[in-house]
Amino acid sequence: MIALIIRDLRISVRAGGGFGLSLAFFFIIVIFFPFAIGPDLDLLSKVAPGTLWVGALLACLLSLERIFALDFEDGTLDLLATSSLPLESVVISKALVHWLTTGLPLVLLTPFFGILLGLQNSNIIFLIISLIFGTPALSIIGTFGAALTAGMKRGGLLLSILVLPLYIPTLIFGAEAARRGIQGFETQNSMLLLLGVSLLSWAILPFAAASVLRINLR
Amino acid sequence: MKNGQAGILRGPNGVGKTTLLRALAGLQPVEAGKIKCSLEDICYSGHADGVKPTLTVQENLEFWANIFSSPSISEVAEKFMIIDLLNSKVGNLSAGQKRRVGLARLGLTGRQVWLLDEPTVSLDETSVKIFGNIIKEHLSEDGCALIATHIDLGLENRAQIIDLLKYKAASGELSNSNEAFL
Repeated sequence: MIALIIRDLRISVRAGGGFGLSLAFFFIIVIFFPFAIGPDLDLLSKVAPGTLWVGALLACLLSLERIFALDFEDGTLDLLATSSLPLESVVISKALVHWLTTGLPLVLLTPFFGILLGLQNSNIIFLIISLIFGTPALSIIGTFGAALTAGMKRGGLLLSILVLPLYIPTLIFGAEAARRGIQGFETQNSMLLLLGVSLLSWAILPFAAASVLRINLR
Repeated sequence: MKNGQAGILRGPNGVGKTTLLRALAGLQPVEAGKIKCSLEDICYSGHADGVKPTLTVQENLEFWANIFSSPSISEVAEKFMIIDLLNSKVGNLSAGQKRRVGLARLGLTGRQVWLLDEPTVSLDETSVKIFGNIIKEHLSEDGCALIATHIDLGLENRAQIIDLLKYKAASGELSNSNEAFL
């Protein structure tokens, strides 16, 4: 499993690996948004948590298709399925690599992006915590969607349609937690629900994704 | 099939050679019949090599060696004549060299039953001969192999030819398919 994680991380940072793609996309959203909204700093900081969350979600969506497509095309998935490594661990490794290459960099860059959107330093922490709790759910749900469409060439459209409704709870609780924190209300409930969504997804979806993959490999 | 024996699957295109091998490897459900062999002993190698173009040969082999927890790759790399390619990127190799990297995985698995689907595609004559010898060596170490191929691997009396045309699956609806919606 560690071997798989290391290999996938290596592939993602090599040329054409798609490491920078989601990050660049996120960056573009954050840069362009203030231009479109105008110079009203008050308004900007009000919509900032929602913007960052939607940006993170879309950036995540952008890189989902690659999770299984490449391994499916070159036969690696067949070989992994016949190896002694259970497909469930393959799914977990893939989701983890996806989070390490998209979710984690987004979390780390949020302080800078928060400033671009006019957030106070003390408020950014809520955004960071909500993203730390929420982005793992985005990765594992996305991996499940990628497993569903693994056999398809250019399954990107179907993948987005399948995954978007599943992302809604994460988005609602995540953005809510960040917004409440910034406005000075207590955030405990939303944060716990957000964490719950993440943990539940990580507990259930690897098994679902693995059985879906088995069917897709036939 | 006994240990130390190889089976050569013959038959025209589309007769079901790949399907049979994939079913034996546990990738496809079996409609009828039993496989008397643990999946842990079977090593499947299909049309695609499962090697990553952006990684070097060494990185690819090390990955598979880790997955199958096999100790060293240098011995296998020597056997399959890719030892001097170890540091080049797979994307820069020729099709035949890439194929050899893919086949080298067989040596790393340490499994007894090899299921090979057209292993010699894009290999040159010498490589085919060397690969034939590797299979022979594997057979003499009590392994066995089931190979779908159209050319002669030089296995002589070790190989038993199985013509699939006789067993061609009757076309038509699959009977007891309870997973129709999948």
